[in-house]
Amino acid sequence: MSASARELRDAIIGGQASARSHVEEALAVARGAESGTRPLNIFITLPADDARCDADEIVEHTNDTEPGLLLGVPVAIKDNIATLSMPTTCGSRILDGYISPYEATAITKLRAAGAVLFGKTNMDEFGMGSSTEHSAFGPTRNPNAPDRVPGGSSGGSAAAVAAGIVRIALGSETGGSVRQPAAFCGVVGVKPTYGRVSRFGLVAFASSLDHIGVFGRTVDDAARGLTAISGFDKRDSTSAELRVPTFIDSASESVKGMVIGRPREYFPESLNPRITAACDAALERLREQGAEIRDVSLPHTSLAIPTYYIIAPAEASSNLARFDGVRYGLRMQGDGLRAMYEATRSHGFGAEVTRRILLGTYVLSAGYYDAYYRKAQQVRSLIARDFSKVFASGVDVLLTPTTPSPAFGIGAISDPYEMYLADIFTVTANLAGVPAMSQPIGTVDGLPIGGQLIAAHFEEAKMFRAAFALERALHGVDQ
Amino acid sequence: MSATSDWEMVVGLEVHVQLRTRTKAFCSCSAEFGAPPNVNTCPVCLALPGALPVLNAKAVELATRAALALDCTVNPVSVFARKNYFYPDLPKGYQISQFDKPLATGGHIDIGTRSDGASIRIGVTRVHMEEDAGKSVHDRFDRVSAIDLNRSGVPLVEIVSEPDMRSAEQAGAYLRVLKQLLEYTDVSDVSMEEGSLRVDANISIRRRGETALGTKTELKNLNSFSGVERALKVEFARQVAVVSGGGSIQQQTMMWDERAEEVRPSRTKEGSHDYRYFPEPDLPPLVLAVDWIDHVREELPELPVARSQRYADEYQLNEYDREVLTASPHIADYFEAVARPHGDAKNAANWVMGEVLARLKATKETIGTFRVRPADLAQLLDLVRDGVVSHTAGKQIFARMSETGDPPAQIAERDGLLQVGDDAQLIGWLDEVIAEMPDEAARLRAGEKRLTGVLIGAAMRKSGGRADPRKLNQLLNARLGS
Repeated sequence: MSASARELRDAIIGGQASARSHVEEALAVARGAESGTRPLNIFITLPADDARCDADEIVEHTNDTEPGLLLGVPVAIKDNIATLSMPTTCGSRILDGYISPYEATAITKLRAAGAVLFGKTNMDEFGMGSSTEHSAFGPTRNPNAPDRVPGGSSGGSAAAVAAGIVRIALGSETGGSVRQPAAFCGVVGVKPTYGRVSRFGLVAFASSLDHIGVFGRTVDDAARGLTAISGFDKRDSTSAELRVPTFIDSASESVKGMVIGRPREYFPESLNPRITAACDAALERLREQGAEIRDVSLPHTSLAIPTYYIIAPAEASSNLARFDGVRYGLRMQGDGLRAMYEATRSHGFGAEVTRRILLGTYVLSAGYYDAYYRKAQQVRSLIARDFSKVFASGVDVLLTPTTPSPAFGIGAISDPYEMYLADIFTVTANLAGVPAMSQPIGTVDGLPIGGQLIAAHFEEAKMFRAAFALERALHGVDQ
Repeated sequence: MSATSDWEMVVGLEVHVQLRTRTKAFCSCSAEFGAPPNVNTCPVCLALPGALPVLNAKAVELATRAALALDCTVNPVSVFARKNYFYPDLPKGYQISQFDKPLATGGHIDIGTRSDGASIRIGVTRVHMEEDAGKSVHDRFDRVSAIDLNRSGVPLVEIVSEPDMRSAEQAGAYLRVLKQLLEYTDVSDVSMEEGSLRVDANISIRRRGETALGTKTELKNLNSFSGVERALKVEFARQVAVVSGGGSIQQQTMMWDERAEEVRPSRTKEGSHDYRYFPEPDLPPLVLAVDWIDHVREELPELPVARSQRYADEYQLNEYDREVLTASPHIADYFEAVARPHGDAKNAANWVMGEVLARLKATKETIGTFRVRPADLAQLLDLVRDGVVSHTAGKQIFARMSETGDPPAQIAERDGLLQVGDDAQLIGWLDEVIAEMPDEAARLRAGEKRLTGVLIGAAMRKSGGRADPRKLNQLLNARLGS
């Protein structure tokens, strides 16, 4: 398993391979991963013939003067991003078999870049979870250690890349659902600035925190995928009307003179010392290449998890109200309207989704709004201001651990609050809307761990510059 | 027991007005009324998973125009909010509305004049934008309800008044003036039949002289302005009876039953809803440049009060004429398009208020589709004034014009209605009449003046109504030497 997306594309342009042969290879790897005594359960839907047909159509575009960035590259899609031919279930019984009559802007852009859509991947129901155990379609296993979780909620997409089925996959995140599984699976995962990628067609969990993100085997894969799907979309009122740099160009830029911040709140004494050591080793590699390492502080970091678990459920309780059994998806019979609603939603939603809808309904209720939601929004501004201040002080990029631990065992965490802490280092970037990414920086007990880079709003190019340099230094990846 | 006259009615109105946009508030579906069910829908207004709202700029402009016409302060920053509740015709499970930061606040409407000459001013608390829900149809099919989502996402403004009205008649006057302003500003079709204007009324009572507000009830299912007035009177009487009998008013929603002329408590507990409002994260705050707001204000058309004043200054019309002519901007425009070319404003006013309005009422037409174009009517009035056709013929010609839309001169010619003023012709008819009625002619000659009419009438009949009666009169006088 060698080829990056760039190499797959080059092979097509050079005539050594075809989109169809890439798809056949991916199907073969997928068959291996999904068979045996412990199938990884990566895909909810994988229509082989559709992928073959799409690949065959790519042939026509091979001789384009400007071949797409993803020409003939199979890309797996998280199952909460609307696609035309495959169902979009969000890992939920309530949308089992639901096929969208329109497709997400990110999907249209992927296809325009020459990508071949390659199946819909498993996920925690509606993105709510950090382990891909909360799926109506069963848990996904971590390709590096099948008794462990791949992280979540985009666990299927992370595993599809880690298992070598695809080089690029789309995920989404609301509190770290791309970066955390990327860290657990040993792949690259990037969440752009809020507004960089259109959310049109991403089934909403918490609208002000939701992002579409990209997994890649390499930094180039992730940068390539992100370049393809970025850009203003008039159908998303929160999308930014800004020029999109070609992020793969960051590979040629040095980190010499860059200031890399090490926020002390992300390195508590309780943190696994081997994770701290791996991050410090990564910082040392960047220093060796001419970057300045600076100790910085983001003082409101400890408030991020409680803030997140007020805002995200509040928005979710409203966003998920449309799943009512009236127009599409599951409908259970009931005696009267209210009984139909209750039966449909009780049966259609899993325990974690139900828990968050109840939590969100509570914090928005009359008499509680000020104490919870309004207060959480105020704290959210403080967390965002922490980032603004540190970037305004001359820091270009922050480096932190992505997660406080490597992948945990399937079924090992049953306490919801303990599970929420898996996102402790990632939720801040969603609350502030800043771009962030995770890349492999070593192993603990043979399990991959991730280092997180965070940049200021719309400074993904700087973030990628550090990521390319780190990848070169740690893995000798040739760019 | 205390008499009804000891009590005062306190009323505030909430009016929902559909904005006159081509497309819906947050998607590009047609907002047109009357399409087959569920035709005007898309992923956004069906609330399909992943769809997002995009604000209609025209809706913002119309809402701003309405707010300015009501003398509100338009807020440079307002915020959309989600109003959450479950109902099958509300696809998202929430309505996009505005809550604690509405588009506009603090306006007023003058609805008349007090005996002391001061105007009766009703405060407008707020104007906010929101989207409509779909329509539930419970009586069309056996045992099932049907949902039509054509209306889902249609743009509305909600106009909330202060509890400043003290009678059913004031509430009626408020609604008529409000409707007039919305017509003038071309913000809405303001048709209660098509649901583009909907009214809910909050009503409480208190003893005369008291200033505190009593417990209110909300009246719904009000289908006409007169229905609003009647419902308020019925509910007022009910509240007075309850309190006079030692009871107290429950805060609740009451449904008006038009046919039974009754109010009865709504079965759904509207008041107990907790809508869990919070800012709509899919839409950034609505930021309006002060320059843009000023521009919309400058572009406001002449409003009724100003127009009425101008009709006094420019056309010297009396108060009654001005009120009738300016009630609707379309009638007012029509009047001016007649008066300007014709020149005699009072004559134009009489014709528009008489012939034109009577005709519209009889045929249930609107001025917009009326066949008689104002320029043609002005020409007709010229023809009458210049004696080319008689006044009687003028009315006949008008009737033909309103059927065919043909120009008046053409009709006059074709139907032989041109007035005959030629002396020889007129004398010819007079001579025939004098020959046929020698007794009457002799008595008139002898000074029995009242016979003039009889002889003129006979000559007119001979002419088929075409003779110029003034000239005929002169000639008869000359002939019979009186």
